[in-house]
Amino acid sequence: MELGPRDIISRAMMTEFEEGHGFEGPHGKYLHLDVRHLGEDVIDRKLPFMRELGREFVGIDIVKDPIPVRPVQHYMMGGIDADISGATPMAGLYAAGECANVGLNGANRLGSNSLPECLVFGAAAGRAAAEYASSAKPVTANPVDAILWDEARRVEVAYLEKKGGDERIGAIREEMQHEMDTGAGVFRTKEGLETLVERLGGLRQRFSRIKIEDSSRTFNTELTSAIELDFMLELSQTIALTALARDESRGAHARRDFPERNDEKYLKHSLVFHRDAGKPRLEYRDVRVGNFKPQARTY
Amino acid sequence: MADKRITIQATRYDPDKDERPRLQSYEIPFSDDSMVVLDALNYIKSEVDGSLSYRWSCRMGICGSCGMMVNGTPKLTCNAFLRDYWPRPVVVEPLNNFPVIRDLVIDMDDFMHKLKAIKPWIIRRQEIPLGAGEHRQTNEQIDDFRQFSQCINCMLCYAACPVYGLNNEFLGPAAIALARRYNLDSRDQGLKQRLPVIADNEGVWECSFVGECSVVCPKGVDPAKAIQQTKLETTMRFVLPYGNRD
Repeated sequence: MELGPRDIISRAMMTEFEEGHGFEGPHGKYLHLDVRHLGEDVIDRKLPFMRELGREFVGIDIVKDPIPVRPVQHYMMGGIDADISGATPMAGLYAAGECANVGLNGANRLGSNSLPECLVFGAAAGRAAAEYASSAKPVTANPVDAILWDEARRVEVAYLEKKGGDERIGAIREEMQHEMDTGAGVFRTKEGLETLVERLGGLRQRFSRIKIEDSSRTFNTELTSAIELDFMLELSQTIALTALARDESRGAHARRDFPERNDEKYLKHSLVFHRDAGKPRLEYRDVRVGNFKPQARTY
Repeated sequence: MADKRITIQATRYDPDKDERPRLQSYEIPFSDDSMVVLDALNYIKSEVDGSLSYRWSCRMGICGSCGMMVNGTPKLTCNAFLRDYWPRPVVVEPLNNFPVIRDLVIDMDDFMHKLKAIKPWIIRRQEIPLGAGEHRQTNEQIDDFRQFSQCINCMLCYAACPVYGLNNEFLGPAAIALARRYNLDSRDQGLKQRLPVIADNEGVWECSFVGECSVVCPKGVDPAKAIQQTKLETTMRFVLPYGNRD
């Protein structure tokens, strides 16, 4: 079990908490991860960073002490729709790394897969983008400049020239994190996700009244955190809507009300479009299955 | 514990408005013994003053972006615990020896250029195709440079270096340590390409061996040792017959 994929481990940990086990800590419940049986030599050779983290940040030596652990949000498995060369449906736009969905992760990311996401697919996207740029027709006017100016103007109007907001960015972000952890965390239900969609709507309302104290044009990190929060709320809504529409459990998406995987209906990518101001549109695309067919994980 | 408070004095500077940097004082709750200086800054930004500007990212000593002067010493603020300063106030300033862009944010361009100049990647005389397999290495060969490879480019060593403070043409501790890291790598053949930069006047010979770089490094890298080793090695290459061979 200890070497299982992280979605299974996370569910096992949450189950322990629900059954009343675990320890109470300042940041909620936690369990102990024990690596003491590995011994100092193996730990120093293979897990030096874990030992350093324990020593520097928690004040423990993992050679002698168990490590306090609990599941948290760790990585985005979905992202901008891209093929294995990083090309998106928008000609000339390429995506790689955690922002992209090249299909490497499927429904559950395996450990260290962010490395190929950056190195392998980053290189592929770079090559494909260079090829596109060198073969594309030269443009007379620069449309990117126009788009940049439009966006700069939008940001000015939406944030810097805005007066009289009363909502703090940090407060909305923290509530969003709490709601996402509760509604779309390790275990999900229809009711929980519906509540989440509703609350995200409320946070979106509050976001329209945010207060920006920093009017500087130099390294304005309050502005960037406002723009980020706008995107995070949109992504949260996307995650909540697709999770609600997926009446099955698959990898990290674990629905209590639908514990089984349903390949007939949901062996698909969820695609969300925000083309117009109205409701986001949900579509599906079939997963291309190659050599490895989906199987039940029975360990 | 619930009512414990701590005073944070942070540098404020907006080039559009201020002639010179000044310190601004914030008194905030010190609610949890595990709080670090970065938590305090995040609390201020989130709850008190959204305009305070600083860099940070990972909160676990690996991204190297939250380096600042804490009570006069270069520190990763994610790893500077408030409990070590309380009840005294904590003074947070931008890293020494760099131009300040805004508040606690420094201009890191100079370091980025130096980092690039030492070519911190594995150089081969001839690249082999991917299909030909890996360049294998034993644990003992990794031990030759392991320590130097822990650098996270946080620039604390530049803020601590009095030589860099006087002459920012100096290549500096982290760049030389990283050059050493690649020169010691059994897979690397790039020494000759790095020599003109590290053995230059503004390279290792500028160092007067104060050693503060190794004291402040949060990752246990010893740039002072890298510099001394490089001085020795470049000299031997010069004085010994055939010393200049690859």
